[in-house]
Amino acid sequence: MADSISLEVMRYRPDKNTPPLLQQYEVPLRSEWTVLDGLNYVKNQVDASLAFRWSCRMGICGSCGMNVNGEPRLTCGTFLSDYSPGPIRVEPLANFPVVRDLVVDMSDFMEKLPRVKPWIIRDDDVTVIDGEYLQTPEELDAYKQFSMCINCMLCYAACPVYGLDPDFVGPAAIALAERYDLDSRDHGARERLDVLIEHEGVWGCTFVGECTRVCPKHVDPAGAIQRYKVKAARESVKAFLLPRGAR
Amino acid sequence: MTTRRIEPLVWLMFSGGGVIAAVFLPVLVFLFAFAFPLGWITAPDHEHLLAVAGNPITVVVLFGMFVVLLVHAAHRFRYTLYDGLQIKAKVATAAICYGAALFLSAVAFFTFAFLLEAWG
Amino acid sequence: MTVPRSEPLTYRRPVSTWWWTRKRTYFVFVMRELSSIFVAWFVVFLLLMLRAVTDGPAAYDDFLDWAASPFVVGLNVVAAAFLVLHVVTWFSLTPQAMAIRVRGRPVPPVAIVGAQYAGLAVVSAFVVWLVTR
Repeated sequence: MADSISLEVMRYRPDKNTPPLLQQYEVPLRSEWTVLDGLNYVKNQVDASLAFRWSCRMGICGSCGMNVNGEPRLTCGTFLSDYSPGPIRVEPLANFPVVRDLVVDMSDFMEKLPRVKPWIIRDDDVTVIDGEYLQTPEELDAYKQFSMCINCMLCYAACPVYGLDPDFVGPAAIALAERYDLDSRDHGARERLDVLIEHEGVWGCTFVGECTRVCPKHVDPAGAIQRYKVKAARESVKAFLLPRGAR
Repeated sequence: MTTRRIEPLVWLMFSGGGVIAAVFLPVLVFLFAFAFPLGWITAPDHEHLLAVAGNPITVVVLFGMFVVLLVHAAHRFRYTLYDGLQIKAKVATAAICYGAALFLSAVAFFTFAFLLEAWG
Repeated sequence: MTVPRSEPLTYRRPVSTWWWTRKRTYFVFVMRELSSIFVAWFVVFLLLMLRAVTDGPAAYDDFLDWAASPFVVGLNVVAAAFLVLHVVTWFSLTPQAMAIRVRGRPVPPVAIVGAQYAGLAVVSAFVVWLVTR
């Protein structure tokens, strides 16, 4: 194995009027090192001005998402040796505005997420004093996969619809809406439907499926969205056919 | 109360059309675009084909299938134009696509009307 | 001169019109979506056939001759290839789009895909019988 590998990192300074450019850094090619380790090496030893987000370095916080050789990846789970001899192109997460270097502006996602009300909504007044909600293992299985989302936004980076139309609510938000709809403790499906039945809700999705392919937690947002479409279609048919009282 | 929306119903027709295209269209294409014209299978004589195709049940089923197939194609192509060519004139694109589906459905309607007449 | 601003001077990377040529999965996706045009073509083709049937035996024979001409066969071969792409992708995506449970157990995707191909076979056999008997 070679000694080092080259990282081509996109640099962007908002205070300078120049478009982004790639800067090359040589980092040690250690067998257990990830792209994140390489970036930290650069920041600690070579160029302290490099800005990037990271936290847990073990694939659970969702902070370190970036485009590695064009693919949205968690850099803490992307090994340098897999790209040997390199070079490895590291760019900010696609489809998001770049704030500086590898840091993107997440505010669009942060605005969309609460819109789908990703929390348990009840239509009764049960409180903690009345005891906990009971849920069987089967009821847990119904939504568990969709609860694995770590909000890393790799799916947004992979989604061409989101890239072309930032109004699209997007994979993670819809998958999380489905996670709560399928939760036996939740009564909020109607409220979420009113948000997602809009044009920029589920109907923008054309089932490219790339979101599912890049998801590091195997959430399968594409599957969640298609299932949501079927549900929304069923509710629409009922809305057209049944009188108000029966809906 | 769920507000009434047309998108879910169009999507349902798109889905139905996709199923029909996958399940019914292959054999029809195989027979009428390849097997019969190229002589792989002896083509049915005109009388028999008219009796089968012109039968009212066949006419109704085929017309229904053609309509959902056209809606399927229009819906999918409309989104391909948005995403592929990044066309910004969204309303015009939708109008042209669904308009074409409507036009071809009308053509189908008259084709089947004349076919039924020839059968009867 | 520093201008106070409420949001950063972010850089929006433009999306190329050729975004779908950069990755194999994106390319197959666009090809899959383009199959819709060929579905519409086959509807037109079948309508032409039905019109020929309406117009009588001579028109029917003319249609078969026209359908056998090189240009039409060539077009139909390309269109049929796209139709095959539609069938294969549609069947393989159905399990992802629907979580089907039978008696409380999830049906494995392979069974759903298999059932669809079985349906295709049954329908095809029926149509062949109906038309050639």
